[in-house]
Amino acid sequence: MAQSTSSVITLNVNGEKRTLPVDHRTTLLDALRERLDLTGTKKGCDQGQCGACTVLIDGRRAVSCLQLAVAAEGREITTIEGLADGDQLHPVQQAFLDLDGFQCGYCTPGQICSALAVIEEHAAGWPSAATTDVRPEAGVPPLTADEIRERMSGNLCRCGAYVSIVQAVARAAGVETAQAAPALPQQGRTEEGTAA
Amino acid sequence: MTVTTVTTAVTGAVGTAHTRLEGRDKVTGAARYAGEIPYAELAHGWLVVSTIARGRIRSVESAPVLDMPGVLAVLHHGNAPRVNGDYAGMLGRPDPIVAPFQHDRVPYAGWPVALVVAETSEQAREAAEALVVRYDEEPHDVAFSAGHPGTYTPENSPHMQAETEKGDLEAELAASAAVVDAEYTTPEEHHSPLEPHAAMARWDNGRLEVVDSNQGSMWVADELAKLFSLDPASVRVRSEHVGGAFGSKGVRPHQVCAVMATTVLHRPVRVVLTRRQMFSLVGYRSPTAQRVRLGADADGRLRAFDHQAHCLTSTVHEFVEPSAGVGRVMYDAAAHHTVNRVVPLDVPTPTFMRAPGEAPGSFAVESALDELAEKCGMDPIALRTLNEPDAGPVSGLPFSSRNLLACFQEGARRFGWADRDPRPGLHREGRWLLGTGTAAASFPSGAAPSTAAVTAEADGTFTVRITAADVGTGARTALTQIAADALEVAPERVRMRIADSDFGPAMVAGGSMGTRSWAWAVMAAVSELRERLSLGGGIPPEGITARSNTAEAVGALPSRERHAFGAQFAEVAVDVTTGEVRVRRMLGIFAAGRIVNPLTARSQLVGGMIWGLSMALHEEAFRDKASGGHVGADFAGYHFAANADVPLIEADWVDDPDDDDPVGIKGIGEIGIVGVAAAIANAVWHATGVRHRHLPIRPDRVLLAGAEPGGGRDARSRR
Ligand code: FES
Ligand code: FES
Repeated sequence: MAQSTSSVITLNVNGEKRTLPVDHRTTLLDALRERLDLTGTKKGCDQGQCGACTVLIDGRRAVSCLQLAVAAEGREITTIEGLADGDQLHPVQQAFLDLDGFQCGYCTPGQICSALAVIEEHAAGWPSAATTDVRPEAGVPPLTADEIRERMSGNLCRCGAYVSIVQAVARAAGVETAQAAPALPQQGRTEEGTAA
Repeated sequence: MTVTTVTTAVTGAVGTAHTRLEGRDKVTGAARYAGEIPYAELAHGWLVVSTIARGRIRSVESAPVLDMPGVLAVLHHGNAPRVNGDYAGMLGRPDPIVAPFQHDRVPYAGWPVALVVAETSEQAREAAEALVVRYDEEPHDVAFSAGHPGTYTPENSPHMQAETEKGDLEAELAASAAVVDAEYTTPEEHHSPLEPHAAMARWDNGRLEVVDSNQGSMWVADELAKLFSLDPASVRVRSEHVGGAFGSKGVRPHQVCAVMATTVLHRPVRVVLTRRQMFSLVGYRSPTAQRVRLGADADGRLRAFDHQAHCLTSTVHEFVEPSAGVGRVMYDAAAHHTVNRVVPLDVPTPTFMRAPGEAPGSFAVESALDELAEKCGMDPIALRTLNEPDAGPVSGLPFSSRNLLACFQEGARRFGWADRDPRPGLHREGRWLLGTGTAAASFPSGAAPSTAAVTAEADGTFTVRITAADVGTGARTALTQIAADALEVAPERVRMRIADSDFGPAMVAGGSMGTRSWAWAVMAAVSELRERLSLGGGIPPEGITARSNTAEAVGALPSRERHAFGAQFAEVAVDVTTGEVRVRRMLGIFAAGRIVNPLTARSQLVGGMIWGLSMALHEEAFRDKASGGHVGADFAGYHFAANADVPLIEADWVDDPDDDDPVGIKGIGEIGIVGVAAAIANAVWHATGVRHRHLPIRPDRVLLAGAEPGGGRDARSRR
């Protein structure tokens, strides 16, 4: 019996049902980019190491290069193209634009999708490696710059836009004031004598 | 309509913050990069690269692969179209990497040996992985060291003298009260733009059309024409959006292979490099081994300056990382010697990578200066102030502007440098030892001939056409601001069209020369246009177009030492029980001419500083001596700074006027990285008392070195 190497699947992308035949080897990333012409989701490494291909699957962030398209059937997929409301940018997009949270822009769709999830994960009380008190009764940790840096670290940016990415995420999350104060000049230093 | 370009007031777009013109497209995913434009009948090419580091291809067993579903062609040295790789291009004779599949020799691991083309990328990829290539293997040598027997001093090139020398070095060193003699190394580093190299090529009515991701569409078009012996007018290359470049996006195998395949198959072909392939196909920064000797009087005045820098190149092409260029600009001494030497090995040819020469060179020189300051008991800024040269130390030419000291003054004030206790190893905060460091930065400010066209449209708008490239620098926006000010109109009335070789020759986005060179051409075209408009009369439907070519003006620029300068400051925390080094804050103050767009300029400078942080602490490609190939050629094996590695970093600038300069703009793409690694290494010394002379400053290196409150120890070199 001949083995079937392709299937017709229906993907639910940005609220729209799209039916297409896919090679079983096709990743969700390639299905979006090559088959559905949704090229906003980027391919930086194709091996789960850069975050450029981040999309939301059932509301959670995932790297679409490590998902097979056939396995994404029936799930709700949101890509960068699905965030703006017509001409009205999503607040995360607007903050990235206004604060120059990118340079070449290639990591940007992944950063923005990740940022959306970061804000929700944080609001839901999920701790991160930067959370100092992870006891459930400690409640939602403040979304400090360090929390944002840690939570956004699955998204590499070779242009080095991290400083304004952190500011953009903070602004979109409504915690801009926590990021505004620069650590300059030196402060809070304890000096010990030569015997230290 | 009536001709008028003059509004009531000068708009003053230059110097004010503007968000990127293409920013909205980039945050919504609408911006299409090279590999993202659909074409009917598009076929997909997948490269196969050598698994041996030296030898000959015995056979490429394409027959079984050609039977695989969807496979259209397997191109290799036995059947690929012939190209002429022996021509003089923009950078001279090209690296043979631009002429793949022309012979059976394999000069290094990762050399292209075949291109598989198929209907879909899945089919092409599987077939490429299934393709069996047999080799006759020969012994290889990939081990770089300064003492390698093959080391030689290259010929002087128009771009860079290999060696400069004045005075009696040994005598001045002997007469010096303080001497530093130290060796520094930096590892192999990779550009790693986030967008992999991608190109689509097709023949369209007798014209070759290439949609590419590059730093200069005219450059690529010109060299493709030469390679394939085509009339230059029959080649069109476009590169609207580029997902990072950093020196790696010139003429590379992806374009050449796409053109070969479309020529053979008569349908559009796209070739996208994989992340792993990029480690051997698009160039990289050579590792360096550098010896610096400084001799000074007790008061810190330099008597001797010696910088001997070694790098590697491939056996098929010479590229020299010009690390020893730093001292030719920065520091003078009665005896002054600088040399770049090179070791040919069985490795890919390195290339320009963000601040070639200055990035590794400044690590060595600016670390050595810090060591000298320690020896002389001087503040490192005071030492540099004392040794500011009046003219180019080697050229003797005056500086067009040199505001390095203003950068140090402003930086020291904002960083709180005056409160610093210079003694090392004293400042502790819990498990962290704290320290601060500084270093100087410089990068040449060149200009190259460019052409531009500016059209006054009948509807009162203006269209600028120039083969510029916006690789994330913000060039599109900056040039719009420049054009708007030159036209004395609001930027909204200017349409900026870039990155199309049909617009004519222009400088590439490289050498921190792009915006400066393009701005010059745009300003010249505008001034020509305004002269024509001032004659009065109406604007016909096709508009009125003025063109410029700055070749003559650039050639007439008087000889000067032209550079941007900067002062870098870093504070680090070092945990000597885990070896972790955290950068707590950085500040860079730059003197870089007129800043066109403060918003994007800050991003670029900070981005460069993050590269410096990444170079200091993280980046290092490993080459396996047995196989000759990389270990971990991916983003897990090659880590560059992630968000959590980067603290709040601030960049700012001082006034840097140069009234004699026709443009007043200096490049800012590279100066940001220069000096950062030294500032961090100097801060690590200040924190721990240990000199780290080998990058990156990895936890194992810190652990093995420990901490020495007296400041007397050196971290040993070990891989
Ligand atoms: S492309 Fe998916 S993580 Fe890099
Ligand atoms: S903006 Fe270029 S990689 Fe992030």
